[in-house]
This record gives sequence, structure tokens and C-alpha cells, in this order.
Amino acid sequence: MEKKKKIAPFVVIILCLILWELVVRIGQIPIYVLPAPTKIIASLVTDFSNYMSHSLVTVFEALVGMLIAFLLAIALGILMDAIPIVRESIYPILVVSQTVPVIVLSPILIIYLGFGYAPKILTVVLMCFFPIVVNFSDGLSVIDEGYKNLIMTYGGSKWQLYKIAKIPSAMISLMSGLKVAATYSISGAVVGEWIASQQGLGYYLIRAKNNYAMDKVFGCVLMIILLSLLMNALVSAFGWMATPGKRIKK
Amino acid sequence: MENVNKLSVSGLDFSYGDKKILQDLSFDVKAGEFVSILGPSGCGKSTLLNILAGILKVERGEVCIEGQKVEGVNPHFAYMPQNDLLLPWKTILDNVCLYSEIHGNKKEVKALAAEQMKRFGLEGYENSFPSELSGGMRQRAAFLRTTLCDADIYLLDEPFGALDVITRNDLQDWLVKLCRDLNKTILLVTHDTDEAIYLSDRILILGRPGEGIRQEIRIEEKDRSREWLYDQGKLRGEIYNIIKQKASL
Ligand SMILES: Nc1ncnc2c1ncn2[C@@H]1O[C@H](COP(=O)(O)OP(=O)(O)OP(=O)(O)O)[C@@H](O)[C@H]1O
Ligand SMILES: [Mg+2]
Repeated sequence: MEKKKKIAPFVVIILCLILWELVVRIGQIPIYVLPAPTKIIASLVTDFSNYMSHSLVTVFEALVGMLIAFLLAIALGILMDAIPIVRESIYPILVVSQTVPVIVLSPILIIYLGFGYAPKILTVVLMCFFPIVVNFSDGLSVIDEGYKNLIMTYGGSKWQLYKIAKIPSAMISLMSGLKVAATYSISGAVVGEWIASQQGLGYYLIRAKNNYAMDKVFGCVLMIILLSLLMNALVSAFGWMATPGKRIKK
Repeated sequence: MENVNKLSVSGLDFSYGDKKILQDLSFDVKAGEFVSILGPSGCGKSTLLNILAGILKVERGEVCIEGQKVEGVNPHFAYMPQNDLLLPWKTILDNVCLYSEIHGNKKEVKALAAEQMKRFGLEGYENSFPSELSGGMRQRAAFLRTTLCDADIYLLDEPFGALDVITRNDLQDWLVKLCRDLNKTILLVTHDTDEAIYLSDRILILGRPGEGIRQEIRIEEKDRSREWLYDQGKLRGEIYNIIKQKASL
């Protein structure tokens, strides 16, 4: 039963791909309208080095952006938890700021930050920061009073309370924030690249589109999906390493 | 030193909202004395320990240690709360070394803790996580953690509640020895009359919430053994009747 459940979605995907392939072949749909899955795969193979070099740029921007967002979110999360007035004044702004679509900010970022890595990385930071900080600070605030009192009666300092109890107990919610952020990170970088750039998957995608090379466009989309999954896996690996006690529960 | 009480509690008042839990509660404890607190469920035993440990604030009254008034958390007490409060992401060995981790001498204490694991029936579980242990094992780990605190007064809230008879007896004897050898002062909350008779120099029986100490029983026998305990039927009955009384006002 368990195995069947896991396999089921893959079967659906494969059936869809077969159907797609058949429709394109039988209907003789030209490649600039809709490429067959086999053509997309073929483009990934023949154009491998191009995809790789552009992917590397995008992954680099996504990773750096994630790292910055992560560090800022940890710092602000602890600050908001430790000093109530900081939380009261900043938390609502964070929530509201989330309704501003980052994509409309990209052109502005480019005006101020130029065409290099900076505006792309900042786009990633803006998209990733919020889910991390909100989940992390929620996680910090729900700790059982008992643990707090225990550390306190043992003579622990405020910092030790965070290190020994609060931060580890917030790991699970931090991880769910990081997973959301990981999914955003690649798209954030791609969006940044769309506006203006000379490299990266976003740039390659736009160029392929302008050349009506639809197999490459789809190839880029496939790469973006795969890289997003990869970022997710990285976050999961990080979570696995950072929460030893939780592993055995699975 | 002789005539100064180790711990002196006077005129404590405490309420949860409108509900008076402790009212004008006073008692003294001598250094090295073993005092048990008995009383019906909900009478305020855990509340009292929480106040002593500095977690709850009293409305009135004071707590003195060696004649000095103390407020809030202070290093004289090692408090073992009623629930084990083991940190789920730390191994058992790391959990029992919590106090030393906070005070920066974990290395030395870890070796000591590893030796104690066997006595506490935790041998082989050093690197397990709390979720892999039974309730009784977690309680023992929490007890071990408390005894590894560098404090001279132990506040123990039902430390042996979930244990089998053999382990319980063994740990009780060990606690008595610890109390005598290291001159620790112990305040033990329990529901078990036998345990109180066997372990204590003195038993405080609390009444219903707000009533205070209903009776104080001094156990004169210094050389208490299990055999001696079997013959204490009369005392057992007496205590039972005191606890059973409705409000004795
Ligand atoms: N956080 C709280 N808020 C309000 N009332 C509380 C709270 N904690 C305890 N009480 C009340 O205070 C009273 C005393 O509680 P306490 O935990 O001290 O009892 P206890 O003597 O330790 O009981 P037990 O033997 O069951 O552990 C109870 O009647 C309980 O309902
Ligand atoms: Mg209690």
C-alpha cells in the first residue's frame, strides 16, 4: 500500500508526458509552438554546458541570497523575541510588507544597484527573508514555560536560554520557513535576471524565448524546477543535521 | 551556625487569581534535615516549591536561607519539577549535564554522570533521546540531573512517582546517603506515606488550599530501615487520618 501511494504520482506524470509526446508527434506541432518532451531532453543534453554555466550563476545568487536572508532573519527573530517593543513595532510591518510583490521592486533595485549580482541577490533576500523570520520568531515564542524556568533556576543567562532551549525548540518552525524560502530562492534569482542581466537561467530563458527556441525555454523551466527541488533538499539536509533529537521520531 | 535555620519560610501568601493557595505558611528547615511534604492533590505542594525556587512570586511573606532573605532565583536550590522537562533534542547524558553546561564545567561532570548512569538504571541509554525512554526512565534522568546540580538544598517534586519498587527503594536509599554524606538539605514532595516515613526527619502535612500546615510529624527514629518501616502501621494510620480530615478549622 505504502509503496503504491508513493509511486502513484510518478505514474500520472509519466502518462502525461507520453500523452504530450503523442499529441506533438501525431499533430505535427512545430517546435516553436510546443516542443515534445524528448526534444526538451535532447536540448538539455546537447546544450548541457550552457545550461550548467547559467544554472551555476542562478544557484550562486539564490544561495547567497538565502544565506543573507537566513542570517538577518535569525538576528531579527531573536531581537524581536528578546525585546517585546521591537516585536510590537516591527512584526506588523513585516506582515504588511509581504503584500508588496517583489517582482515590481526589481526594476527599482536595478536603478539603484546596477546590473551585477547585487539586485538579483537582493530580490532573493526580499523573497526569502519574510517566511524565515516569521516562522522562526513564532517558533521562539511558543516554548514551554517549564523549560524557561528550568534554565532560569539553574542560573542560566538570557543568552543560554536561547542557546540551550529556545533556538533548538524553534528549529522545526525555522525549517518550515526555510523550506518555503528555498522554493522562492531560485524563482527570486530568475525574476531578478529577467529584468536585466548577461547571465543566469532567467537571462537564458528570455534569450531562448526571443529566438523561438521553445525546447530551450522548456529546458530552462525544467532546470528551474529541478534547482528549486535541489534547494529544498539542501534545506532538508541542513534540518536533518541541525535537529538530532527529532530524527528518531520518524 | 547551629541555631540558624538553613531554610526559613515565614508568612507566605499566594493566590492564583481569587483562589487562595497558600496563606500565612511558615516553617523552618535545619541544615542536613530531610523534610517531606504530604497533602492532597491540588493543595499547593508544587506551588510551594515553585515559590522557593523563585519561579513564582509571593504576595506576602519571605524566604530566608541561613538568615538571609532571598528573592527570585538563587543558587542554593536544586529544583526538580513534577514533570521531567528533559530537552527532547539532547541525549540523556547531555540532559543530565545541563547544570554543568550552564556553569561551564561540563567535561568533569560528564565523567561523573556517566558513572551514575548505572545506579539510575540508565546504562546504555547515554546517547538515546528522551522520546526513546519510558516515563520512569525519564524521571530517573531528571532526578540524576537534579543531583548533579551544585546546590545544597534539593526541592524534589515527586521524584519517585513512576518507578518500580526495586528502583525506587534503591534510589531512596541512595538519596538518604547523599543527604547524610554531603549534608544536603532536602524538601521532598510525595504522595507516598511510606516513603515519607522512611526518608524523613520530619513530615509536613498540608491541608486544603489556603489552610496551611495541618500537622507536623517528627520522626524520632534515626536508624530507619525497611524492617523498621514495616512496623510503623500506627504512624501510617495516623498520617492517613490527618490527610483524610476535611477542613480542620
Ligand atoms: N497556573 C495556574 N493557574 C491557576 N491555578 C493553578 C495554576 N497552577 C496550579 N493551580 C491551582 O493551584 C492549586 C495547587 O496546585 P499545585 O500544583 O501546587 O498542587 P499540588 O499540591 O502540587 O498537587 P499534586 O499533588 O496533584 O501535584 C491547584 O488547585 C491548582 O488548580
Ligand atoms: Mg504537584
